[in-house]
Amino acid sequence: MNEVFTIDNMIRRILKDHGRLSQDALAIQPEADLYQAGMTSHASVNVMLALEGAFDVEFPDHMLKRSVFASVVAIREAITQLPGVRVQ
Amino acid sequence: MPVPLVLRENAARAVVGSRRTRVGIDIVQVSRIDDSLHQFGERFARRLFTEDELADAGTTPAQRAERLAARFAAKEATLKAFDLCESGIDWREMEVRRLADGSCALHLHGKAAVLAATNNDDIALSLSHDGGYAVAIVAAPPPQFSPSFAD
Repeated sequence: MNEVFTIDNMIRRILKDHGRLSQDALAIQPEADLYQAGMTSHASVNVMLALEGAFDVEFPDHMLKRSVFASVVAIREAITQLPGVRVQ
Repeated sequence: MPVPLVLRENAARAVVGSRRTRVGIDIVQVSRIDDSLHQFGERFARRLFTEDELADAGTTPAQRAERLAARFAAKEATLKAFDLCESGIDWREMEVRRLADGSCALHLHGKAAVLAATNNDDIALSLSHDGGYAVAIVAAPPPQFSPSFAD
């Protein structure tokens, strides 16, 4: 199983638990706009905190942007930039 | 703290072309803030709120969730009013301060203050909550041109 697949699945599980999406987070397309899919700004904060716990990372201030959490791909690209990321 | 040149340049770009009053509004369900406090505990609280905001929210769980929901709405309204959603702002740089008369005011720090390009005294903040929702409105005059931006 490659790392991208694993990371995307971890992200989707977190979106399912915290993203409050109006569609099935486990089946959402990597490029799909999560805000269009119903994620609120508050839900994105919960997603961020859950991602930090799952990947054992901390998002620095400069990454606290709406676009960083706008899709599975955007989240994956942000996470893989963070030092010490741990993929389970 | 000295402001990096790049931030001043970004702020200067932000002020060009807009002379309109800036307004932002946000509404938050109080129970969802309460859920976040239960799910993520102090990590949620300390990532979003300053020490003073947490102290102002009190310790009674229902009151704390209600007040933090209003403060969260204020921070989101601030991001909208000043077009900071893509600026990478620490939520604690957008602080709701409780004044001696019981009213609340918005105080911007650091990068948020620089990019907003306005005086804190000129920012209007209104908070309210009812029926399980908290709402906040932030309004500010058009960005100010400072001598450093006029070069």
